[in-house]
Amino acid sequence: MIDLTVIWASIIGFAIIAYVVMDGFDLGIGILFPFFKVGKDRDTAMNSIAPVWDGNETWLVMGVGGLLAAFPLAYAIILPALYAPMIAMLLGLVFRGVAFEFRWRDPAHRELWDRAFTLGSFIATFAQGIALGALLQGITVEGRSYAGGWWEWLSPFSILTGFGLVVGYALLGACWLNWKTEGALQRQAVTYAGRLGISLLLMIGLISLATLTLEAQYYLRWLSYPGVLATAIVPIATIAVTFLFYRSLRQTKDAQPFFWALALFGLCLIGLGISIWPNVIPARVTIWEAAAPHRSQVFMLIGASIMVPIIVAYTAWSYWVFRGKVGHDGYH
Amino acid sequence: MMIEQEWAIILARAQFAFTVSFHFLFPAFSIGLASFLAVLEGLWLKTGKGVYANLYRYWLKIFAVVFAMGVVSGIVMSYQFGTNWSVFSDKAGPVIGPLMAYEVLTAFFLEAGFLGVMLFGINKVGRKLHFVATLAVAIGTFISAFWILSVNSWMQTPVGYEIAANGQFMPGDSWWTIIFNPSFPYRLVHTLLAAYLTTAFAVGAVGAWHLLKDKSNPGARKMFSMAMWMAAIVAPLQVVAGDFHGINTLEHQPAKVMAMEGHYESHPNGAPLILFGIPNSKERAVDYAIEIPKASSLILKHDLNAPLAGLDTIPDADEPPVGIVFWAFRIMVGLGMAMVTIGMWSLLARARKQLYEWSWLHKAALLMGPSGFIAVLAGWVVTEVGRQPFTIYGVLRTVDSASPLDAPAVAFSLLAFVVVYFAVFGMGIWYLLRLMKKAPEAHESALDGAPIRSAGITPAPAVLEGASA
Repeated sequence: MIDLTVIWASIIGFAIIAYVVMDGFDLGIGILFPFFKVGKDRDTAMNSIAPVWDGNETWLVMGVGGLLAAFPLAYAIILPALYAPMIAMLLGLVFRGVAFEFRWRDPAHRELWDRAFTLGSFIATFAQGIALGALLQGITVEGRSYAGGWWEWLSPFSILTGFGLVVGYALLGACWLNWKTEGALQRQAVTYAGRLGISLLLMIGLISLATLTLEAQYYLRWLSYPGVLATAIVPIATIAVTFLFYRSLRQTKDAQPFFWALALFGLCLIGLGISIWPNVIPARVTIWEAAAPHRSQVFMLIGASIMVPIIVAYTAWSYWVFRGKVGHDGYH
Repeated sequence: MMIEQEWAIILARAQFAFTVSFHFLFPAFSIGLASFLAVLEGLWLKTGKGVYANLYRYWLKIFAVVFAMGVVSGIVMSYQFGTNWSVFSDKAGPVIGPLMAYEVLTAFFLEAGFLGVMLFGINKVGRKLHFVATLAVAIGTFISAFWILSVNSWMQTPVGYEIAANGQFMPGDSWWTIIFNPSFPYRLVHTLLAAYLTTAFAVGAVGAWHLLKDKSNPGARKMFSMAMWMAAIVAPLQVVAGDFHGINTLEHQPAKVMAMEGHYESHPNGAPLILFGIPNSKERAVDYAIEIPKASSLILKHDLNAPLAGLDTIPDADEPPVGIVFWAFRIMVGLGMAMVTIGMWSLLARARKQLYEWSWLHKAALLMGPSGFIAVLAGWVVTEVGRQPFTIYGVLRTVDSASPLDAPAVAFSLLAFVVVYFAVFGMGIWYLLRLMKKAPEAHESALDGAPIRSAGITPAPAVLEGASA
């Protein structure tokens, strides 16, 4: 059944995918930053994302803003439930966001802002991963509000998803640098991509298995017959995509590994969808229970259907303007 | 338990006040600065005069830093409705959520999408398209103000909604009614003019500083002149806009105006304008008041003898804190009057061809550099504290809006915000001052000293250089 609520769930889903696709690699570069040589290599890595990071982060605002607008109840339950990780993520984003400007403004403290860039990127990513894990493991809801304590999000599982996302974004960052840079930095990025790819596969496996034990709903979704015939495609595809990723890396392709890495993320998100659909708060609140009234949905849908294609178009244009390899002194 | 809950709410309010105050400093500057940059680039394209290109480059460096701080402190705001005011978000989400989503869709993406090209793209896309990018960013800041002020105004003067069985505010049949709620047009105009004035006085102070050191610097002369035009024209306009806004507030939120005026008592035969005094909420009177008889009725009702109700007509439970509102209002108005004075002074200087000569004017303009920021914050304090004890005026109380969080959680986050904001934005403001301290040069370059991004990713100088001669 396709109704406005389903459409809005898809739009939010799209915003989340867009966010992961675009901000994932620039957070990942932040995570890998301390491993790059001070000077030329770091400048190049930073420059490869400087013109686009702000637009990338806007998808995060779109995701949460869309949630408030389309599923206000979910917004009102999820954010207090994830209070500590959310605040940590925001502060992390503050550090890394200003580092883009400040490191050039203050050469005497560049080392300090480079550390702020790494620390901020790591914390923001880790917190996002923890948030995902905390949502999956279930949050305490009573009536229309969150009813757990302020440490409920913390568990071995959420820590695992936190590290999982760090590995994943780092992989995207390495693949981006392989695409956008040359010489020693590119070779370094390829080495990292190779190590991170296998680590991510391991993480995906661990998290997937752990997820099955969290809620009966997840277990039944994935493993009950005959549904398993369909759901089994996801892990098989994951292995296939990993293989293709390594093949493209071995063939020293520039752009391909990045897109295969994105495909891995896509499969994870599909897996997430299989686990939680049709809930907006996994195993607790459905999208229909949390949905905004019809009038709010219609009003926003008009705006979204006009604006999202335009946004995608000029975002694509902006990426096209800054296409090609970036030198240490900027895009050429 | 009750006490702990009260603490949690006080802390949540402190956190929101702290983060939003810090945040608004940046858009108050970047809204005006984006328009200023668009004007500079437009004038450069039109006249080909190098001084405009130089000033564009000079202020673009500053804009980049301001904008980055605005973005990161703004993301915090979009989450904080949920983290700390979840009951409010659940209830008001169906009405304000879509407006905020429109802000993201029509403004944030526009700004962010074109910012990269504006900062780094001039030799990639050409001058005309680059100008389009600058315009897009400037328009984006305006659209952003439009939506977020619509949301804020709806919270001040809520209309066009129904309350559903589950307690949620439901949009009525007209979004137009909600968006253009009664206080919105006034607040929008007042806030945008405030942003332009803030920028004008910041730019004017930078110009004045460099004129004091070198009267012949063409960049300093041009920016000072442009800023003083803005001061002379916009400051008086703002007084008029503020007056209209006040009258509108009197109609829809009388208690706020009573607090602004310090009117504890009703005045059936013309209310006095209290210039200064110390509001004493215990005695319900303004101590040591210096007042002009009947002047408040004249300003608010345009009639000397018009009756004005006082806070004695408002139930105690619905009364805003008087002292804060009273003082913040006087700070704002006092600075506004000082801005008008500078504007007039500059007109006099200009008429006598002494605009670049009168060093006392320059010193005064320098002193007034931060005035816009202070006035803007004071104005927000008036309107937000004046809305208390409600989040949605008259309908939803602040105490019924907060998240079910433990006080220690909010205490920790507030502490973290205070430490991080003072450290990070303190450094950022320091960098801004350092950039402003440097005189605009005849061949202003994005490269020299501290390059934006890195050497050369800003190819702007290479292209602009040609025209600057």
